[in-house]
Amino acid sequence: MTETALLRWIVFAPLLGAAINGLLNRRLPRQLSGLIGCATVGVSLILSIRVVMQLAALPVEDRVMVDIVGRWLSFGDLHLDIGFLLDPLSAVMILVVTGVGFLIHVYSVGYMAHDDGFQRFFTYLNLFIFAMLTLVLGENLPLLFVGWEGVGLCSYLLISFWFDDDVNADAGRKAFITNRVGDFGALLAMFVIAAVLLPQLGEGEGVFSFLTLQHHAAALGGVATLASLLLFLGVTGKSAQIPLYIWLPDAMAGPTPVSALIHAATMVTAGVYLMARMNFLLVLSPVAMSVIAGVGIATAIFAATIALTQTDIKKVLAYSTVSQLGYMVAACGVGAFKAGIFHVMTHAFFKALLFLGAGSVIHAMHHEQDMRVMGGLRGKMPVTWWTMLVGTLAIAGVAPLSGFFSKDEILYEAYLGAHGGFPWVWLIGFLAAGLTAFYMMRLLVLTFFGENRASAEVQSHIHESPWTMTLPLVVLAVLSFGGGWIGIPEGMGGGAWFQEWLKPVFAGGHGAAHGAHGGHHDHTLELVLAAISFTMALIGLGLGYLVYARRPGLAETARNWLGGGLHRLLNNKYFVDELYGTVIYRPLRAVSDVVMFRWIDRGLIDGLLVSGSAVLTLFVGSLLRLFQNGMVRFYAWVFALGVTVFTVYLTVGG
Amino acid sequence: MSFVTDHILSWLTFLPLLGALVILLVMPRRAVAAHWTALGVAILDLVLALVLWFGYDPAPGTDQYTERVAWFLDGAVQYHLAMDGISLVLVMLTALLGPLVILSTRKALTERVPLFQAMYLILQTAMIGTFLARDMLLFYVFWEAMLIPMYFIIGIWGGQRRIYAAVKFFIFTMAGSVFMLVAVIYCYFKAGSMNLQDWLALELTFQEQAWLFTAFALAFAIKVPLWPLHTWLPDAHVEAPTAGSVVLAGVLLKMGTYGLLRFAMPLFPDAAVAAAPLLAILAVIGIIFGALVAWVQTDVKKLVAYSSVSHLGFVVLGLFSLTAQGAAGGVFQMLAHGLSTGALFLLVGVIYERRHTREMDDFGGLAHGMPGYATVFMITMLASVGLPGLCGFIGEFMVLLGTYTSSMLPNSELMVVLAATGIILGAIYMLWMYQKVFMGPLRHEVNRGLADLNLREWIVLAPLVVFMIWLGVGPGLVLDKIEASVDRVLAPVVAVGAEAAAGRTGHAALLPDHHVLDPGTRVVPESTDTEVTR
Repeated sequence: MTETALLRWIVFAPLLGAAINGLLNRRLPRQLSGLIGCATVGVSLILSIRVVMQLAALPVEDRVMVDIVGRWLSFGDLHLDIGFLLDPLSAVMILVVTGVGFLIHVYSVGYMAHDDGFQRFFTYLNLFIFAMLTLVLGENLPLLFVGWEGVGLCSYLLISFWFDDDVNADAGRKAFITNRVGDFGALLAMFVIAAVLLPQLGEGEGVFSFLTLQHHAAALGGVATLASLLLFLGVTGKSAQIPLYIWLPDAMAGPTPVSALIHAATMVTAGVYLMARMNFLLVLSPVAMSVIAGVGIATAIFAATIALTQTDIKKVLAYSTVSQLGYMVAACGVGAFKAGIFHVMTHAFFKALLFLGAGSVIHAMHHEQDMRVMGGLRGKMPVTWWTMLVGTLAIAGVAPLSGFFSKDEILYEAYLGAHGGFPWVWLIGFLAAGLTAFYMMRLLVLTFFGENRASAEVQSHIHESPWTMTLPLVVLAVLSFGGGWIGIPEGMGGGAWFQEWLKPVFAGGHGAAHGAHGGHHDHTLELVLAAISFTMALIGLGLGYLVYARRPGLAETARNWLGGGLHRLLNNKYFVDELYGTVIYRPLRAVSDVVMFRWIDRGLIDGLLVSGSAVLTLFVGSLLRLFQNGMVRFYAWVFALGVTVFTVYLTVGG
Repeated sequence: MSFVTDHILSWLTFLPLLGALVILLVMPRRAVAAHWTALGVAILDLVLALVLWFGYDPAPGTDQYTERVAWFLDGAVQYHLAMDGISLVLVMLTALLGPLVILSTRKALTERVPLFQAMYLILQTAMIGTFLARDMLLFYVFWEAMLIPMYFIIGIWGGQRRIYAAVKFFIFTMAGSVFMLVAVIYCYFKAGSMNLQDWLALELTFQEQAWLFTAFALAFAIKVPLWPLHTWLPDAHVEAPTAGSVVLAGVLLKMGTYGLLRFAMPLFPDAAVAAAPLLAILAVIGIIFGALVAWVQTDVKKLVAYSSVSHLGFVVLGLFSLTAQGAAGGVFQMLAHGLSTGALFLLVGVIYERRHTREMDDFGGLAHGMPGYATVFMITMLASVGLPGLCGFIGEFMVLLGTYTSSMLPNSELMVVLAATGIILGAIYMLWMYQKVFMGPLRHEVNRGLADLNLREWIVLAPLVVFMIWLGVGPGLVLDKIEASVDRVLAPVVAVGAEAAAGRTGHAALLPDHHVLDPGTRVVPESTDTEVTR
């Protein structure tokens, strides 16, 4: 374990940026505000690269660096530090967060250039990076939770950034509250863990410190299922899984850079990070692992089907994100934590790219998000077109782009499985991959192919975006293309560096599983599966192109052939929002209002029991007289005098 | 100087009263002078509190700065002030809110300003005295003395239904106090003195404890207010002037939970242990009920009032978790609630001064014209809903953790699960209100061009915001002061649990027979199981 004070500055630099931007706000010129916003994240990025290089220089088994800033909370046997922990897992996360975060800050300078709340935007964005870094570097669970709720707050602030419109404000509120439902679970999980561990700890040991938890993992066997499932409730909130995914599609109400950074690349992957961080706990409970795998893969295909029919370009990407998160969660569920984190990284690249590309399109189309009035943008926006093509191929899983390797590894590990194999997870994941390729090609065709369907007025203004926007696109395109090469499995002739790098984090309880399926000798199956899913990607893309570019009538025919009912079901997102509204939200509010407030509080308690009592009436009458003689001052005098006399008596008498 | 330093608690307590007399005597009709005098006195009192803050030695957690002189009945009744860590932090909260509240009334109050300032200072004397008294008669005097200035503050400077609200407030509190008085007299004859120390040494049967605990707890529960004794609170808050609401939520509500912790629990530990499940259940009901009812309010002030019912539920739950962590979390939550809810009432006052309405429907879109106000409101709201990193989180976290790990409270896990829904509900009603007031389009033309916070309002609110963040990041500021004191105060209760857990029969002499024979009514067997499984 090595100590380094650099870690805290990675976290605090963006906080400083947020403080400056927040306090000076409009007094700060836009250029300077944007510069501060980008520079502070840039500092974090540079420092992150530095500490990760330091970490890499350490021997494999010693790759843990800590920076304890100070005591946060200490009471009885409960000790919490404000401290940061860097290991290979958090190293990956901080590089992704600061790297993608920096690019999106730069992009935002262009995208938000004409916005009234420019400084406010950068305040929130910097605050978000601070919270996200606290989340991934926090040395203990409650500190992680500070970041966890902090990113939720920033998400809320940024979704409702244009708060003039109640739709945006509603979406922000929905996000925060849905996340809080998950946080409720995460909080309870901490109590479950503490109840077991607190009596067993030595003097001064922090019960929630990850190092302590890992050390005492064996003691948690009895509560592993409960604690894991409660944590997972938190994951379903933050990482938008069934049943709490409903906030993420609505979150698209926020500015597009926010969608790219928070609602695609970083924050929503926090749940995957949490599971990876707590892997030593999860693997103790096969039940919890199965639930996680099941929910993840169900979310993957469920969201993919909804994405098929959406017409709002950001909504397609939102459901796609939910679906991709499903893959990552399922990966954790089958014990393939490394593959899950690998997909976190590649997804951060290509999904940020796709969102920023969509933002570029929306920017050019005068804030139009409906793909039905887009089309033919290939020629007018070449950089956006080419980079989005890369993003599409990457997410579809076309070799040798990044998404191919990470998704393929998830499917392969699911097929073999750390706990005996989950062929059904593989099968569903495989089908969802086909759907992914299909809806992404649909998006691409509707946006960039054919004739533009917008009004002449809008058409005349379509232009490629400024360099601050296209440069991040290009960088992300490069990363989306080649970012997966650091994790090419040995079976395909790669070095699997990424997996090697993460190995120390997932050493406990996982090595046996690896041995079981013999990852080192039999590569035939791996190659066959890869070939199958590659083929699936091509079929999906091909079908998408065929249906939307070549035979536009085909989609109509298919819709009619299916009777329209299925389309309506998908287009309305299975009516889940309506279901929650009817079953939970509206009844709860009605009960609160009518039963709790009117009947019980006002009627029963206050009306019948309190006012109804005759004693009260009598008292009221006699006390009212007190006011009516206009002698309040007199009473005050009497009162004050009495107390004084009393005091003097004591002083003298004592 | 020794005259001050030897009697520093008396100075701290009675300086505001002295100020009140000066105002009433010298400047009964001069509003501005009275205001500045009151402010000066309150600041001076704050300075005294700070001296104590830095002078107090928290390590032993004992009563310090003790002043003790015979009063009457040959010293059976004494003038006895002392301060331990719990008293210290609550006095600090009172002394901090004092100047801020007085400053906030500068423009809000126009009628009978000197009288108001005098009332407020008298109230401050009574509040501080209540936290410091260690003689039960003295405590009772201060306790009752709080009632009168508050009654006038609501009744004279309140809203339209002020008389109804003031009387209701008065009667509720009096009703509880009467029972407490009977209990005090009983204990006096039993112990032969009014001294708290003597009372702590009393040997009481379980039956006696049960009656006495009930009498004390009733008085305190009304003040908290614990569901279902809370219905005076929304009326009092809505009708009280801003300053009244702030001090009511900020300090007066803590009197109930302070009383439970200081007196009801250590004096009657067996009864406290036996009653813990009931009180914890009422607390949990209050948490959920208060939040749900807050959600359907249309008046912002009423919403905040009901949110207090919910927040104080956490405090009571923490106390009756019968664990040091839970109780300390409860004390911390008292402070956190004092800061955040005090600030919320000040903030509601800010907008009320400008628009003379508190109906959410009369607002909307205020964040545009009043960004500073919207930001302070946002931070305060987040502190109130327990966002980690701000003060509200620490208290709730410790309360829930203490309760969950409690070995003396049966079904404590289930109670934590229910109570923790409060963190979801808190977000629901607060964000709902924030959206209706600050977001959306500017629905009413009158709200265009409303002035943002002015310098005076910034000065009032800034210290509260600073402490909301400070306590969230560095809760040791408070926890270090109270840790040993909480352990001391809780010791009798913990001893009951320990004896019971050890299965000793020595304590059974204090208990009626059925109590020993029927383990179902005791919390003990459960805790024994827990011990074994560990």
